Amino acid sequence: MKTPRALVPIVIGLLLLGGWEWFVRSGRVDDVLVPAPTQIGEWFWSALRDGSLASATWVTMRRLMLGFIIGAAIGIPVGALCARSSLARDTIGILSLGLQTLPSVCWVPVAIIAFGQNEAAVLFVVVMGTVWAVVIAVQESVLSVQPLYLRAAMTMGSRGWHLWTKVIFPAALPGIISGLKQGWAFAWRSLMAAEIFVVILSGFGLGSLLHAGRELLRMDQVVGVMLVVVGVGLLADLLFFSPIERWLRRSRGLER
Amino acid sequence: MPAHPSSESNSQLTLRNVTKRFNGRAGLVTAVEDINLQVKEGEFLVLVGPSGCGKSTLLSLLAGLEQVDEGSIKLDGANVVEPGRDRLVMFQQDALFPWLDALENVLFGLRLKPGLTDAERLEAARYYLDLVGLADREKAHPHELSGGMRQRVALARSLAPNPRVLLMDEPFSSLDALTRDQLYGDIQKIFKQRKKTIVLVTHNIREAVCLGDRVVLLSPNPGRIRQVFNIDLPRPRRINDPALATLAADITTALSAHLAEPKEGLV
Repeated sequence: MKTPRALVPIVIGLLLLGGWEWFVRSGRVDDVLVPAPTQIGEWFWSALRDGSLASATWVTMRRLMLGFIIGAAIGIPVGALCARSSLARDTIGILSLGLQTLPSVCWVPVAIIAFGQNEAAVLFVVVMGTVWAVVIAVQESVLSVQPLYLRAAMTMGSRGWHLWTKVIFPAALPGIISGLKQGWAFAWRSLMAAEIFVVILSGFGLGSLLHAGRELLRMDQVVGVMLVVVGVGLLADLLFFSPIERWLRRSRGLER
Repeated sequence: MPAHPSSESNSQLTLRNVTKRFNGRAGLVTAVEDINLQVKEGEFLVLVGPSGCGKSTLLSLLAGLEQVDEGSIKLDGANVVEPGRDRLVMFQQDALFPWLDALENVLFGLRLKPGLTDAERLEAARYYLDLVGLADREKAHPHELSGGMRQRVALARSLAPNPRVLLMDEPFSSLDALTRDQLYGDIQKIFKQRKKTIVLVTHNIREAVCLGDRVVLLSPNPGRIRQVFNIDLPRPRRINDPALATLAADITTALSAHLAEPKEGLV
C-alpha cells in the first residue's frame, strides 16, 4: 500500500517536537529561554479558555481583512490605470515600484504621527503594505495580456468597458490573483509590525499579545503567538489563494 | 471573369491606391504600396506572396486594425476606419479565449450583436458549432481541443455574427497536413453553403489555388500586386489534384521570375 503523502510531514514533525521536549526537560537549557512544546501547549490551552487568544485573533483578522480589501480596492483600478496610460505608468507606476521596496514597518512612525495611537494608524500601515504590490501586479499582468486577444475582441465589436471586463480582466486574472496573494502576505507582515509598535487602546490583537509576552518575559506566549501567526498565514494560503490559483490553472489547461 | 473588372458597381470591397508605411528601425518602411483591388460579393479572394510582401498588413487594414496612410478602403461604399462586426477575422493562432468554453467563445461576438434575443444567439452559436462539426464539444475549453478543432471553433466564432466579409490570416499554417486538408474541404463546403465573401492571406501557393476564385500575387519591398490569376478549376477541389498542382507550379514560376532570389516559405 502507498504511504499517504501527509504522513511524512506529520511523522517528522512529531519526531522533532519529541526531540525538543526531551532536550528542554533534560535541563540542558533554561526553560524560561526555551520553553518545551508542552509548556507552549499549556499557554495555548489557557489562552483559549480565557478567550484572550480568540479575541486577539478576531481583532487582528478584522484589521487584516479590512486593510487588505481597501488596499486591493485601491490597487486594482490604479494598476489598471497605470497599464492604460503611459503618463500614469511613468508617475504612479514608478512611485509604486519604489514604495513596494520600502519595508512596511517604515510606515509605522508616519502613521503614529499622522493618526495617533488608534485603528486608523493600523489600517493605514496595512493599506500601505498591500496597495503597491497590487498596483504593480495588476499593471504588469494587464500589460502582458496577449495583443491577439484584444485584436480578436475588437474585430467582434468589443470596446471600452466590455473589453476591460470580458477580455482584459479575465486574461490578466492569474497575474492579478498572484498579486493579491503577495499583497496579502505584505499586509500580514505590516499588520504585525503595526500591532507590535503601536499600542492601540481600541483593540488587543495578536501583535499586542506578542508584545505583552515580551514584557512579561513569557517565552511560551511569544512562541505560541508566533505559531498562531504562521498558522493563520498558512490557512489563508491553503483555503483561499491556492484553490483559486489551482482552479485558474486547471480551467486554462496549464495544469492537469 | 476578367482579371481587372472595369466596373465597380457589383464589387463589395474596394481598395484604391492603398499605401501603408511603418516606422521601422531602418527608418520609414513601406509595407504596401499603391494597391488597387475589388472584391466581389461572394468571391473567395486569396492574397499570396513571400514573407514581407505586406499581405498580413493588407489584411489588418481590411480589418480596420491598422489605418491606411494613402488611398482608401471601402466596404459597401463606406470607408473602413475601425474594426467592425461586418469584417471578422480568423487569425494565424486561433485567438480563442482560454477562460471560455467553445460555446461561449462562439457566443462572444453574437452577444455584441444588437437586435437578437438570447435564445436566437444560442441557436446561432449551436448552428455554427454544428456546421464545423463540433456540436458535441460545446462545453470543451480550448486547451481540451486539438489545434484543428480550435481553428474550427475560431471559424464558427467568425461566421456566427454573419459578417459581410470573412478575413483569414494564414489560419492553416500552424496545423499538420492531414488536419489542413480536412479543413480545406470544410471551408469549401461552408463557402458554398453560406455564400460568404472571403479574403484569405497565405504563403502557401497550393493552398491559394485550392481555395481561391482569384489569386492575387504580391511581391515584397514594397508590397505590390504582381499578377492576378483566375482559378477556374471545378469545386470542390482537392489539394492533391494534378491540375491544381500544375497551376500552382505556374504561379510559383511567375513569382520566382519576379524575385532576384527566391525567398523561403514558398511551396
